[in-house]
Amino acid sequence: MNADVLVIGGGLHGLSAALQSARRGASVILVERHFLGRHASGATAAGVRTLGRHAAELPLSLEAAGDWHKMGDLVGDDCGFVACGQLQVAEDEVAFSAVKARVERLQAKGLSHERIVRSDELRTLVPDLAPHCLGGSWAVGDGSADPHRTIRAFRDAAVAAGVHIKEECKVTALTWRAQVWRAETSQGSIEAKVIVNAGGAWAAEVAALAGDPLDHAIRTSMMVVTERTAARIGPVVSSFGRKLSFKQTAQGTLLIGGGSQGRLAADRQSATVDVLALASSVRSAVRLFPKVGGMRIVRAWAGMEAMTADHLPVIGFSRRVEGLVHAFGFSGHGFQLVPSVGRVLADLVCEGHTKHDLAAFDINRVAAERAAA
Amino acid sequence: MTYDVLIVGAGPAGMSAAVQLSRLGLAVVVVDEQPAPGGQIWRGVERNKSGPLSQALGEDYRKGLSLVETFRASPAEYMPETQVWHIEEGWSVFLTSGGRARRVCARVLLFATGAQERPVPFPGWTLPGVMTVGAAQILLKSGGMLPQGRVWIAGAGPLPLLYATQALDLRGQLSGYLDTSGRPGLAALQKLPGAWRDLAGLAKGAGWLRALRRKIEFVRDVKDLRAEGEGRLQHIEWSTQGRRRRVEADVLLVHQGVVPRIHETLALGCAHDWRADQGYFAPRLDRWGETSRPGLFVAGDAGGIGGWSAAMVSGEIVALAIAARLGKGGDVEELRRQARLDDRLAKALALRPLLDALYPPPRERLADETIVCRCEDVTAGTIRAATRTSVPDPNAVKAATRCGMGPCQGRQCGYTVQALLAEVHGVPAGSVAFFNIRPPLKPITLSEIASLEDMETAG
Repeated sequence: MNADVLVIGGGLHGLSAALQSARRGASVILVERHFLGRHASGATAAGVRTLGRHAAELPLSLEAAGDWHKMGDLVGDDCGFVACGQLQVAEDEVAFSAVKARVERLQAKGLSHERIVRSDELRTLVPDLAPHCLGGSWAVGDGSADPHRTIRAFRDAAVAAGVHIKEECKVTALTWRAQVWRAETSQGSIEAKVIVNAGGAWAAEVAALAGDPLDHAIRTSMMVVTERTAARIGPVVSSFGRKLSFKQTAQGTLLIGGGSQGRLAADRQSATVDVLALASSVRSAVRLFPKVGGMRIVRAWAGMEAMTADHLPVIGFSRRVEGLVHAFGFSGHGFQLVPSVGRVLADLVCEGHTKHDLAAFDINRVAAERAAA
Repeated sequence: MTYDVLIVGAGPAGMSAAVQLSRLGLAVVVVDEQPAPGGQIWRGVERNKSGPLSQALGEDYRKGLSLVETFRASPAEYMPETQVWHIEEGWSVFLTSGGRARRVCARVLLFATGAQERPVPFPGWTLPGVMTVGAAQILLKSGGMLPQGRVWIAGAGPLPLLYATQALDLRGQLSGYLDTSGRPGLAALQKLPGAWRDLAGLAKGAGWLRALRRKIEFVRDVKDLRAEGEGRLQHIEWSTQGRRRRVEADVLLVHQGVVPRIHETLALGCAHDWRADQGYFAPRLDRWGETSRPGLFVAGDAGGIGGWSAAMVSGEIVALAIAARLGKGGDVEELRRQARLDDRLAKALALRPLLDALYPPPRERLADETIVCRCEDVTAGTIRAATRTSVPDPNAVKAATRCGMGPCQGRQCGYTVQALLAEVHGVPAGSVAFFNIRPPLKPITLSEIASLEDMETAG
């Protein structure tokens, strides 16, 4: 089979790129070696967060924030997005000074998506919060979504736009000849003019097949979910300087994450939970919300995602081979960026350029030496 | 502290392995969820030593007492009322008891975790008043409790026959027995010659059947069972020989055989094989009970259903292998021969092929409206719809429907989901995997896990 675009990787970034490209008239095939959303996209806490974003990511993040508030227009479903706000609390004076300094810098640039809240307003926003919290930063337009519903909505929209999705389809070889990529897969060969590498934790393997070797680390962020409880916590809560993010889902379960790392298997193909590291996140959560200590954990897991040294993604054309666009290395905070990055990738794939400044996301940051032939 | 061997489960397999290993001078700890040793088969055997309950529970039950007493007298450390909720490479075993979490380490692990009843959903199975025969037997062994009112038993296998016999001996009320197993086929008859090695066992089962048919209504060839009621069980309905019948009922006890407990070995990534005749996965074991992961052993029903006497022998076999691994063994092949372990195992398993052929797992098509996942209220229809647009992978169904995401971690719905996926995609059930098993193996509170960090930093 053949198409204009072959997207490798059926996570949310791959689906979003496929959807946007198909809507601009490209014929698109997406291949996924397991099932859609098997790794990071299905393992995420699904935070929709502009709060605390790196300056280089802010333009894409603020654009995506607009999309999340009218997700129905984009994919025909709100993806379970609730604009419950995100709150970053400061548990001591040092933390509070750092949070205040960041928000002042944003305001000096005319950005108002975060604002400082003091102790009394903190209690109004989250009555269950422990008394020692001094204040924090509040992003009222932020929130969280349902990751599985988001995957289904992007899949359905992509299929409706004409994207051909092949699950359990593993790419085994890539060759570029006469301006066309030929991909050998477990379900036959596919030809395409452009390839999008949305391979997540396996992005380096895809890049190596395409002759563009690169190095990235793998993040194995852990999450914990409890049994259901009555609605008690509205916003998504994090704590400055701690590996903690805490929210109550629409189902009533409590979801605790924030970046505590699991153990990566030596072959980099799987990750398992490290209970002692997880205990530290859970302890931070119980310190912030003493009342939830008696809740039972029903499941913990470690997701896998590519991570770069500066924690910024790689988005853009390969500098070594033609017809290859990379989108990976979101380093644990790519979920919110899905709508805007999909648009940027469609710009690159369909037009060859984008109005967004991608300098901070350059592939050269992770390029590796080509192995001697 | 670090033990030589940590055994999970104090039933026939776990106790017999513990006795052997501690005799050989190894530091053994046995962790068990129950308040007293015995496992499910000999639950409460120390308190039910005599009296009418002991008489009714039968000779096989009373046989457990001597092993329990030997185990109590052995130097093996015993941790009752303790749950294993996570295991990490090396082996670090995370436990909770009395609301506190802690970690113990061991050089070798032995899972003697036994079996669980095969959950078989049917319309109305989640109504209060419907419970499993296994649960009813726990109540019987724990305090002599019997269900009251109009009590029906429905299902197949030796356990409901045994339970019905025990209940009637104790003057329990039973309205009737609905046998769902169908007529024994040629396959079962072909297994008869092998079963003669356990003549006593064969005679015992036949005796239960005869007595039951004399004392209560015994309905054969039961299909399309349904439980109904407003808020709790009021009626049951079934078909037999083309006729539909409906009766009033207060309690319905159901049972469709037992399957190995495999969450622990699945969570640790051990290889498992599909047993098509009995419809379950069992960990792949070598002839010494070692899994595909070195240092991880399984004995008893957790490695494949064999019953209590086979479990005791397999505990002895595994103990030899573990002792050898830890440098205390000697010539294990010779010891295995001397103790006639393989011969004893074969005799203990003589009846098994006949039982497996008589009681194959039920294969009735599930109605779309039947609840499959009782934690998250997911129906068969929802699962069928979700997998039509995806691949035959239960983890994809879990993500799409929340089926298997509740506190039971798929213990109740795993095999049903597997069968539904095989049906929709037209593939053999054994080609569909089980859910990925995530920690914790048992629910643990946030405070318990948080306290773990305190303890580790203090220590």
